[in-house]
Amino acid sequence: MPTLTPFDAVGAALAEEMRRDPTVLVFGEGVATKRQDLLAEFGAARVRNTPLAEGIIAGTAAGAAATGLRPVIDLLFAPFLTYAMDALVNSAGKLRFVSGGQFSFPLVTLAMTGGGWGVGAQHNHNLEAWFVHSPGLKVAMPSTAADFKGLLKTAIRDENPVLFFMDIGLLYQPGEVPAGEHLVPFGQARIARGGNDVSLVSYGKTVHHCLTAAETLAQEGIDAEVIDLRSLKPLDEAAILASVEKTGRLVVVHEAAARAGLGAEIAALAGEKAFARLRAPVVRLGGPDAPAAASYPLEQAFAPSAEAIAAAARRLCT
Amino acid sequence: MPANHPLPDELALFEQMLRVRAYEETIVAGSAAGKVPGTCTSVGQEAAGVGVVSALRAEDLILTNHRSAAHLLARGADPGRLLAEVMGRRDGYCKGKSGSLHISVKALGVILTSTIVGGELSLATGVALSQKMLGRPGIVACFFGDGAACEGIFHESLNLAAVWQLPVLYVCENNQWQAFVHRRETMHRDHVSERAASYGMEGATVDGNDVLAVQRAALEAAERVRAGGRPFLLETYTYRSRGHFEPDDQAYVDAAERAAWLARDPIDLARRRLIESGRLSAAAADALERRVRDHLAAALAYAEASPYPDAAEMLTDVYA
Repeated sequence: MPTLTPFDAVGAALAEEMRRDPTVLVFGEGVATKRQDLLAEFGAARVRNTPLAEGIIAGTAAGAAATGLRPVIDLLFAPFLTYAMDALVNSAGKLRFVSGGQFSFPLVTLAMTGGGWGVGAQHNHNLEAWFVHSPGLKVAMPSTAADFKGLLKTAIRDENPVLFFMDIGLLYQPGEVPAGEHLVPFGQARIARGGNDVSLVSYGKTVHHCLTAAETLAQEGIDAEVIDLRSLKPLDEAAILASVEKTGRLVVVHEAAARAGLGAEIAALAGEKAFARLRAPVVRLGGPDAPAAASYPLEQAFAPSAEAIAAAARRLCT
Repeated sequence: MPANHPLPDELALFEQMLRVRAYEETIVAGSAAGKVPGTCTSVGQEAAGVGVVSALRAEDLILTNHRSAAHLLARGADPGRLLAEVMGRRDGYCKGKSGSLHISVKALGVILTSTIVGGELSLATGVALSQKMLGRPGIVACFFGDGAACEGIFHESLNLAAVWQLPVLYVCENNQWQAFVHRRETMHRDHVSERAASYGMEGATVDGNDVLAVQRAALEAAERVRAGGRPFLLETYTYRSRGHFEPDDQAYVDAAERAAWLARDPIDLARRRLIESGRLSAAAADALERRVRDHLAAALAYAEASPYPDAAEMLTDVYA
């Protein structure tokens, strides 16, 4: 199996989908500059640089998606989504419903997210929960190079607007990526590691923190299961509940702020649907209610560490 | 699709404007009686809307906003189904899920109506990109107000349309009011069209209360977009005769200004011209008005008879 960085896995997914479907096009901030191979193969009409104007990039994508194209847009960093909120949330997310189903919006928005580059709070802010909270939108956030490709191909074929969050900390870490047709469906979590004593549920880069924690815990005789959600909406509730019903203990982990984050939703799910099987309180590990700092040690301390995850799981199991 | 060719003549435009006015007055009366939700009416702006739409071809696409009645009706929308939508009924064009504010009728080419001021500007470029890349013949007419022209997205949209050479006819209905604020408080200059030059774009302002002048200007502007595959900024200079949203006592409106504009009411102007030129007698004009009003009364009855949607509709059309 070829080894690619997630950045190149995204490029492979784009190239394959653009070959397959002539209505797929990609535009955004520096797309044509950064993806010279796509530009060479598909030309300037389908691979476009744009002004640094997220509102109109997203609006153009929504208008194009509703009228026959399948745009993929690159907005660079997740906080820049604040300028694109009207087009994504009010237009792409709502106008299907508002129009009584007259339109659909098959568009994908790429945004880098999370710490790793020391770029500070206006370039590093995990906003995925905002979009999970917005009707009509789907949200994916891969943790492996293979899933960057497989989930993006699924996103491009979806008839709904998809927010595709790319964890900066993972983007240049090579991994195995299947060549050719490789589709990872939405709403199907991956059991990254099987276990019986405690469920560690996560997505993005902190999946790897969970796996490291599970190694530590294994040496102590605690058998942790690690669930990689892959898509946050749709959410694979069945996989989460199956794991919790088996282990009776749940730790939810993400870099985004814990307050009103995905962890709260998943904890509530366990409380509503698996309460009788819980043997300990649900623990949420997430970032603080604070902007991310640029300073490296502070930035790294924002996301739950493997040590913190192991400690939380240990407390639940002893 | 509606047949906009042959071009609607002066009499046809007059009748369309009467229909828009009667539609809005039906809503105003229904709203006052508590039967119909309040809306953002286009009273006073009939010539601006009807004139531009009359100049478009069947294959052209329209993006509009919360003040959309003239665009929808001139395009051939059925007033009964529009009223049903305003009233949240099942037979509305959007199954009652839109209400008055974001009515789209895809079959008539009135698409992606957004009530977020400037939303239509953000979407028009993408629609035009589809037209261009998929080789479709129609141009895209995007209707917005002077309020939207003060949004940042106005600049982003016109800039990108100019850079990418997109076939958008931008139509700014400068109605002097931005919700409850006069545009003098929010714009340093009187005219939006002059901004076109800064994008290397052509622009023009036309008397938005003279329906024939609007039609002529729109025909010329649309032809520039069609022939050149480039955007154009047309400003229809007009007046919002009623308030922002029904009911609205307009206590904040300068009486002298309003009186001056009401003296140039677009429907009165058209009627006077038709009678003076001998095309229509006063009696025939009155009869036409009565016929239009009767039609609207029937439309309201249709809408009132339409049932509300099933509760299950709350969860349909959310995801494709």
